[in-house]
Amino acid sequence: MSLETPLHKVEGLGSSHSGVTHFWRQRVTAAAMIPLSIWFAVSALGLIGAHEAATLAFLSQPLNAILMAAFVLIGVYHMALGMQVVIDDYIYVNWQKLSLMLLMRAFCLAVIASSLYALLRIAGPIV
Amino acid sequence: MADTPHRSRRPRPLSPFVTIYHWPVTMATSITHRFTGMGLAAGTVLLAWWLYAVASGPDAFAQFNTLAATPLGQVILFLVVWSLAFHLLNGARHLLWDMGYGFGKDAARNNSWVVIGGSVVLAALFFVLAYAGQGGYYQ
Repeated sequence: MSLETPLHKVEGLGSSHSGVTHFWRQRVTAAAMIPLSIWFAVSALGLIGAHEAATLAFLSQPLNAILMAAFVLIGVYHMALGMQVVIDDYIYVNWQKLSLMLLMRAFCLAVIASSLYALLRIAGPIV
Repeated sequence: MADTPHRSRRPRPLSPFVTIYHWPVTMATSITHRFTGMGLAAGTVLLAWWLYAVASGPDAFAQFNTLAATPLGQVILFLVVWSLAFHLLNGARHLLWDMGYGFGKDAARNNSWVVIGGSVVLAALFFVLAYAGQGGYYQ
């Protein structure tokens, strides 16, 4: 016999009130990061220590700029989901957990904002 | 619970701490996955810094490259690259587990070693590519 109410059952969200959303998003972003990480390691990582002209030329190519933006955006989203789990696991005092969650998300947004700003600045205005 | 005076004063039973267990290799890869994830989170600062330096002109760019070329800079870069390699391989292992492959006791133990060995090989390969790649240090 189930003690669940019919409404609770059809919602399918369980005790976390969010169902499998977090789990699913973590897997989808993980799958997307496989080809993006290989691209990053093979082509972008080779630019560490390169001359400025070569680096600018690489990052101002539309495909490279788009892939780099996708790498940062999807990677940081995956990272936010992962860090959320770490905070959930080890921090059990509510105000500390909330503060850390907000700080963590602020950090994620800062990484995204500065990376995208840099990429747009490298791409430059269309003349 | 709050209104049981005698029992609540007695120390509650605790589960054994992590040091008490024999460590199977799957436990090591599990915690390393989390550590490398946190390491990569720190690594995103380096990535944002590098992109920002590229966008900010020759001086900021030269400053980043000078710091990256120091022994400490190289060690940090290698650790981040190894973290990426490990998290990539072990993440793929997690996805395969989710689909039902390689989750048996022996299989999970064996593919732990594949991930550990593979991550070092892959990190070294990435680093060699970085050195030999378009305009690496040696060019």
